[in-house]
Amino acid sequence: MAFEYKIYSLGDSTLTIDYGNQINLELNKEVISRFHQLQSLQLPWIKDLIPAYSSLTIHYDMMQLVKNIQSQQTIFAWVKNFVEEKLKQDYDHQASENELIRIPVCYDPEYAPDMDHICSLKNITREELIKEHTSNTYRIYMLGFLPGFAYMGEVNDTIAVPRKQKPVQVHAGSVGIAGKQTGVYPLDSPGGWQIIGRTPMKLFDVSRDEPVMLRAGMSVQFYDEKSVSPEVRESVSPLDRGAKEDDRYIKKQ
Amino acid sequence: MSVRVIKSGIHDTIQDLGRYGYQQYGINPNGAMDKYSMAVANMLVGNKMSGAVIELHFPSSVFLFTRACLMAISGADFSPAINGDPVEINQPIVVAKNDILQFQKPVRGARCYLAIDEGFELEPWLNSYSTNTKAQAGGLKGRALMKDDEIFFKKDYPYKNPNSFKILPWKATTSWGDEDPGYLYIIQGNEWEQLTEESKQKFMEAEFIISGHSDRMAYKLENNPLTRRTNEELVSTGVGFGTIQLLPDGNLIILAADHQSTGGYPRMGHVISAHHAKLAQMNAGDVVKFKLTDVGMAERLFFKQQQHLKLLQTACKNRLGA
Repeated sequence: MAFEYKIYSLGDSTLTIDYGNQINLELNKEVISRFHQLQSLQLPWIKDLIPAYSSLTIHYDMMQLVKNIQSQQTIFAWVKNFVEEKLKQDYDHQASENELIRIPVCYDPEYAPDMDHICSLKNITREELIKEHTSNTYRIYMLGFLPGFAYMGEVNDTIAVPRKQKPVQVHAGSVGIAGKQTGVYPLDSPGGWQIIGRTPMKLFDVSRDEPVMLRAGMSVQFYDEKSVSPEVRESVSPLDRGAKEDDRYIKKQ
Repeated sequence: MSVRVIKSGIHDTIQDLGRYGYQQYGINPNGAMDKYSMAVANMLVGNKMSGAVIELHFPSSVFLFTRACLMAISGADFSPAINGDPVEINQPIVVAKNDILQFQKPVRGARCYLAIDEGFELEPWLNSYSTNTKAQAGGLKGRALMKDDEIFFKKDYPYKNPNSFKILPWKATTSWGDEDPGYLYIIQGNEWEQLTEESKQKFMEAEFIISGHSDRMAYKLENNPLTRRTNEELVSTGVGFGTIQLLPDGNLIILAADHQSTGGYPRMGHVISAHHAKLAQMNAGDVVKFKLTDVGMAERLFFKQQQHLKLLQTACKNRLGA
C-alpha cells in the first residue's frame, strides 16, 4: 500500500517526511518501516534518523554530500530525490515490531500522586484504574522528549485525562497518562503527565552499552507488581535493580 | 598534566560537535553552541576542528595549569588574563606550569571555547565528549565543571617548561565574510502559513529581544507576540538546532544545542547553519532581526563559512610547523 507523504526542509541540513499530522497505527508502522529501511543503508551522510508519530526526520551532513551535487542543484533537492526513490521501493521490515516488553508497576499511593484526581475525574475506583491500565497492550509510537522516553498508546477513554496545566518535578520511573498516551519517565525531570505509579525497571541507564531499553514499534504491557508472587516481587525490588535483570522482561511473542 | 578548576563558573562544560545517531532514542545531541569558534580554538593549537573543548559562560571558571601546554581561546571575549596579565582571544598561547587563567569581564559574545594541544583525556559516551547534563553523562562526570575538578591532558607538553607564559605571534582572522551581521537568516518553517498576515509581517520586521530565561536549550524571544490562525495541535516531530517555534503564549523560541530530539510546537522558521554561531554569541537583551532566505543560499553561506575555516586550518598548520 502506498502512503501519501510530503517532504519539507527543517532548516538547511534536515528534512522531514510527513505522513499527516495524526496518531494512527498504520501511518506509524510505515514510519518505523521506512526508518529501518534508511537505517539499513548505513549511509555515512545521515547523522540522525528520528521516527515520530507520523513523520520521519533526517539530519544530514552537508559536507559529505557536496561532492554528489551538480551545479545549480541544492543538497536538499538531492537528498529529497534520494529519499523519494527509496520510498518508491517496497520495504519488508521485520524488526522490533513483535517484541513485547512487560513493565512492572507499583501503583501504591506514595508513587501515584495523581491517581485520586483521575479517579474522581473519571468516577472510577483505584482498582478499576489499575485494571484498565494493565489490561491493554500498548504500542510504542516514538521516543523523544527525554533520553528513553517512549510515547505509548492508546489508553482506554475510561482513564484518558489531559496533562497538567503546569509541569511539576517528576521522579524517575514514574508512569503517567496524558490524553490517550501513556509513558514512563526514565529520568528525574519536570513533566506534565498525570502520575499513577512507578516502575523499578531502568528504562534508561548510562552505564549500559545500549542505555535505552525501549524502541519505537515495540509493544508494552504494564502489570501490577502486587499481582505476582512474593518471590518474583522480591526479585523486582529494590527500585535500583541492575541492567541484566531487565532482560528477563523482554519476551519474543 | 592537567588544568584544575580553582573557582567554578556559572555553567562551563566539555563539548564537541555533538552526539549524533541517538536522537531516535530521545538522546539529544548537545555539543558546542558555537561550533565555528570551537573549530577556531582547536585549529589554533593544531587540533582537528572537531576536538573536545571547554565551553565557558560568564562568570567563568578560574583555571590553574599544573603543567605547561599550548592553548587557545576563541568565541566570546571575556577579557582573559593569565596571572593577571591580559591576553587576547584567537591567539595560541604557551602557558607555564602553575599559570592561572581567569576571565575578568564580558566584552563581547556569550560563550568562549578553550582548547589545548591534543585535547583532554576523557571517556567518550556514545561516541561523543559532549556533556549531557540531563542524562548526567558525557564530558566530565556528565555535569558542569566544579571547583577542584581536574581535567587531564592527552599529551604532555613536549618542550621545556617556559619561565612564563608566551603568546605566539599570530592571530586567527575569525571573520568569514558575513555580509549581513545584523540579521539572522531563516528558512520558512512548515507552519509559517498558519501565522496571520499581520504576524508574518511582524516576524520579518520586528526587533525581538532575547529573554533572560534563555539557556543552552533555547533562546526565548520577548516583546512581539505573534498570532496563529488555527489552534490545531501538532503531534511531536523531530526538531533541530535553529528551529524557531511558536509557544502557546505567542512568543517565539529558537532551539539551541541542548534541544529535545522532538517537539510539538508549530515551526515558523529555521535559522540557517551559517548563522548558528552568530546566534550562539547572543546575550539576554540583545536584538534579533530575521531575514528570509532559501535553502540554496543557506547552503552557499554554509560552504563559504567552512571554506574560511579550511583556509584558517592550513594557515595554522603552517605556522605551527605541523
